[in-house]
Amino acid sequence: MNERLSSQRFLALPFGLWSVLFIVLPLFFVLWNGVKDVDGGFTLVHLQTVLQWEYLKALGLSVELALISTFICLVLAYPLCLILRERKESRGLLVFLLFLLPLWMNSLLTTMAWQTILEKHGLINMFLQSLGLSEVHIINTPLAIIIGMVYNFLPYMVLPLYVALNRIDNSIIEAARDLGANHYQTLRRVLLPLSMPGIVSGSTMVFIPALTTFVISALLGGNKVLLVGNIIEQEFTAAYDWQLGSALSMVLMVFIILNILLEAFTDNGEKSRQARKGRA
Amino acid sequence: MMQKVKNLYLGVIVAFLYAPIVVLIAQSFNASRYRGQWTGFTWEWYEKLVESEEILNAFSNTLTIGVTSAVLATLLALITALGMRQMGRQSRMFMRGLANIPLLNADIVTGISLMLLFLGLGLRLGYDTILLAHIVISLPYAMLCILPQVLSMDNVWYEAARDLGATPLQAFRKVILPELTPGIVAAFLLSFAMSADDFIVTYFTKGAGIETLTTEIYAELKLGVHPEMYALSTLFFCGVLVFAVLLMLNYKVITRYRQAEKRGQAR
Repeated sequence: MNERLSSQRFLALPFGLWSVLFIVLPLFFVLWNGVKDVDGGFTLVHLQTVLQWEYLKALGLSVELALISTFICLVLAYPLCLILRERKESRGLLVFLLFLLPLWMNSLLTTMAWQTILEKHGLINMFLQSLGLSEVHIINTPLAIIIGMVYNFLPYMVLPLYVALNRIDNSIIEAARDLGANHYQTLRRVLLPLSMPGIVSGSTMVFIPALTTFVISALLGGNKVLLVGNIIEQEFTAAYDWQLGSALSMVLMVFIILNILLEAFTDNGEKSRQARKGRA
Repeated sequence: MMQKVKNLYLGVIVAFLYAPIVVLIAQSFNASRYRGQWTGFTWEWYEKLVESEEILNAFSNTLTIGVTSAVLATLLALITALGMRQMGRQSRMFMRGLANIPLLNADIVTGISLMLLFLGLGLRLGYDTILLAHIVISLPYAMLCILPQVLSMDNVWYEAARDLGATPLQAFRKVILPELTPGIVAAFLLSFAMSADDFIVTYFTKGAGIETLTTEIYAELKLGVHPEMYALSTLFFCGVLVFAVLLMLNYKVITRYRQAEKRGQAR
């Protein structure tokens, strides 16, 4: 490497300091708060508290709702991206912008608008009443939270999926058709495996915010449905039990690390497959 | 037949995405203070918007924090990327992983971890802590915009400028900077969007007595959001809409121009 360019390396120094101070150190503060007792000694009491039924129930419900929302996002986004992929030549940009624009509306306000749509005397029930049908009870149930999650996080699924599906060469699909595969077989044997990185990346991008949200559950669950995010938020802003809040955050960090590993493995698998293909 | 099903599907998804937005826009013209009951059309909230001190205050905080944090995040991303260019593959990978932590982490964990850090360092939560936190969350996005451009840049031009007698600073300003401008602009815009749209991290690092637009909305949610807020977000959404339409038209003009050019070359 050239002498006068290698001296540029010191330019990365500020970031080194920055990342230690504002990326690594804060996480240690969480770990430290999760395992310290009143006098500053080491204790596992808070982590044991997390194992109480009340918290495990909230954690289980959070995982369940996040998984369901992720699955619904995937099922909604996949056909959508397939359709968008076909139209990338004509009007593609217009349709794509149409799906990105809602992101620019503040998510707190749109979630609140869902309240107006779903609540007891809300728009859906007004509509049903005018048809002479009976009311549906959606607000303050897990279903309302799932609707809110799907609404808020659907774009996170659409973007990576769209990119992954767009990358697939049309000739591969045509080859599958020529060799006699029907629609379903092409989807299962060609499109699904080739878009797997997009599926995994979109799923992790939906799962983590869905698992950790406290806003959607507070607005659409009406404090009747408690998720992990709500409990952490309350420990820090209302109950002032920072140790318990930190311990719960540590549990969330485990999920985040698992997600990162999952994504890294799919990425690596993809790379080694490509490398093998290159050699052959 | 198949085409109809596809169009119907697109229509249903678009309806799902825009339903709450239509509701919000309708509420900004609703004479009633309360959502869920329509009592007539009014421009009142748009007129009151310019008088509402709380909203204007929160708006100016969002704006100044957004611009300052975006400038600083972009600068930091730029010099870091230039430094990383001269590193080996391994240390580059390590730095990238480090920079991506706030992006992969859940916002609530980032928020409380920064809050614990600031309080642990003895800082008072307020404007400055929000600013620092926003640089933390937008830095990965700024890096994502700038780093690929910096890494794919050819050293030859910089070398040539230096050989012709330019000082490092001159060579940077005249050669490197113009080449990186698109990435820098993208980094700034994305960082600003991240900062302006953030609620969770701001909520935990803001302390009492200061609000940004998002935390102001959250505070109002319990007692009912001021309809002026709907007016503001409707205006903002219309602004984005106009921008998108201009982008579309621009894109069409460019494609048509390119096609014409191609035809000209073919002849």
